[in-house]
Amino acid sequence: MKSFNGSARDLVNGRNGEISRELFVNKDIYQEEQEQVFARAWLYVGHESQVRNPGDFFVSKMGEESVILVRDRESRLHVFLNTCRHRGMKVCRYDEGNTRNFICPYHGWSFSTDGRLVGVQDYQAAYQPPFDRDQWGLVEVAQLAVRHGTVWATWDRNAPSFDEYLGDARHALDTGLCAWDGGDGETELLGSVQKWIIPSNWKFVAENFAGDVLHAISHRSVDMVGIGPNASEGRRDNPGRLVIVAHEGGHGFVYGIKPPDPERTDYSESAITAAYFKECWQRRLKRQGDRAGVSPLVGTVFPNMSFHGQQPRTIVVAHPRGPTQTEMWRVYFVDRAAPEEVKRYLRSYYMRYSGPAGMTEQDDMENWNYASAASEGTIARRYPYHYKAGLGAAEPSDLIAGMVTNAPVTSEQNPRELYRRWAQFMDSADWDSLRGGASR
Amino acid sequence: MSQSDDFSRQLGPIVTPTRLAYLSLMREVEDFYFREADLLDERHYEAWLDTFSADVTYWMPMRKNVAWEDRDRDITAADDVAWMRDDKTILTKRVHQLLTGIHWAEEPLSRVAHLITNIHMSEPRGELPEGAEMLVKSRFFVYRNRLETETDVLVGRREDQLRRENGQLRVCHRKIIIDQSTLMAKNLTVFL
Repeated sequence: MKSFNGSARDLVNGRNGEISRELFVNKDIYQEEQEQVFARAWLYVGHESQVRNPGDFFVSKMGEESVILVRDRESRLHVFLNTCRHRGMKVCRYDEGNTRNFICPYHGWSFSTDGRLVGVQDYQAAYQPPFDRDQWGLVEVAQLAVRHGTVWATWDRNAPSFDEYLGDARHALDTGLCAWDGGDGETELLGSVQKWIIPSNWKFVAENFAGDVLHAISHRSVDMVGIGPNASEGRRDNPGRLVIVAHEGGHGFVYGIKPPDPERTDYSESAITAAYFKECWQRRLKRQGDRAGVSPLVGTVFPNMSFHGQQPRTIVVAHPRGPTQTEMWRVYFVDRAAPEEVKRYLRSYYMRYSGPAGMTEQDDMENWNYASAASEGTIARRYPYHYKAGLGAAEPSDLIAGMVTNAPVTSEQNPRELYRRWAQFMDSADWDSLRGGASR
Repeated sequence: MSQSDDFSRQLGPIVTPTRLAYLSLMREVEDFYFREADLLDERHYEAWLDTFSADVTYWMPMRKNVAWEDRDRDITAADDVAWMRDDKTILTKRVHQLLTGIHWAEEPLSRVAHLITNIHMSEPRGELPEGAEMLVKSRFFVYRNRLETETDVLVGRREDQLRRENGQLRVCHRKIIIDQSTLMAKNLTVFL
């Protein structure tokens, strides 16, 4: 790491659970993260259901930068940097749509949906000798992958495959992003993306969802009024037994493990949702047996994609916008095959839970906001944050691969592991050393 | 003859029973909104809930950037994700969450001013009988300031379906359109 004399490891002491505040406020560290983390990691870009048809596009972000997720005329997915190769203008300023070409408003260069430069104004007269248009197509990501409808990409051609990048975290995605019945059924987004800006470092979001059971106390007000789907108190149905799971790649999850009881009564507030859920759950039991109830409640895929796999079902990406500013993009997902009334009910439940008007998320954002603000001072920065809950409590598990803590469930293992991995990204010159760094 | 003379001739006498009835109803509508703004800004949240019918939909869709030919879709539809789409039960829970005193996003409470302007009935009329409804549009300019320097300005429009219930006006459907696509406020804890 260049921003500090020394290594990122000096700021992240995972062994005794102390992590420097500089990670959350320092401008130079923030700038270096753009190169070391966001230009190399696999990042969530969007969902296949946003680009079902040829020509469909969805404008997303990777780190600070605008990108276009598009399905070309041959139905192949691409992710392009949203900038004209001629003079840099954004070639697409719409959030979504369907198009044949992306036409730059500045000098009229046009790009096909597979990224080729297909139109240059005054090409014959202005460019003698002619330049090779094949060299001036839209900048495309180095690798792209799809898993349970979610689309991921990386700028680094030396990055491992997405599969390898996830490692044992594959299980969390496969059981947390799949359809309710655990089968091959598709999921789809419930609709448009909520986008809003919060005054916080992006890592507060990542670590919160990676596994910070201790912060449940900040949600007492919503628990008191009760917004859950069980027509009484709380925010959720019974989440099951909590288990904290971290992976080599810095990914962390809180699993909520349910017994294989066929008579579950989740979503009792909505009879049709309860019935659909139960039917799916029984199919899942048949398919997966005792393991049907082993799936994540919430987690973070390093660096900045987090999702809730059970209640609600939602993905948030914490796009960095500055050391103490983050752009939140939140979407909600559902079984494509679910009845319309179930989708309507779930949309309503999810929206009262999350987003800027979410009665749960609002209190999180207040904490991230003023934790960032109160860590900026010269004196404040001298004092590291405290992540000591559950130090050394991980134990081998035959239920879930990875670093597993059954007790205490308030363990801060996952943020510790996230920052350990973060330090490796900051200190490593390339993916070769990052691969080596994965061993503890 | 000047243009304005011509205009008033077309309108006819200034005071007619029809016009008086219209002005009287308009005045009632304006009073309704000004009182509602007071209830919110003076933090009488439970009384504010009474300005809504029991079957109210309180809906805050989102805005999008879309191409000219899609411009009719730049406000998310009723079956899409919104910032908020509450029934009376959830709206009431939001108020109760504020009243816990530990809803940290609003503890301490924001200082809020609601400016409600451009109020007009979409179809001018002189009376609203018991049980009848009408569409009233308006603009809001809402200033929120909190803690030290945290400040948000939310500007947009409302489309309210007003109904007369027991002689009183009530909102039975509210559509709130904030003129931002990426919301620049960190939350929407302020009622609009």
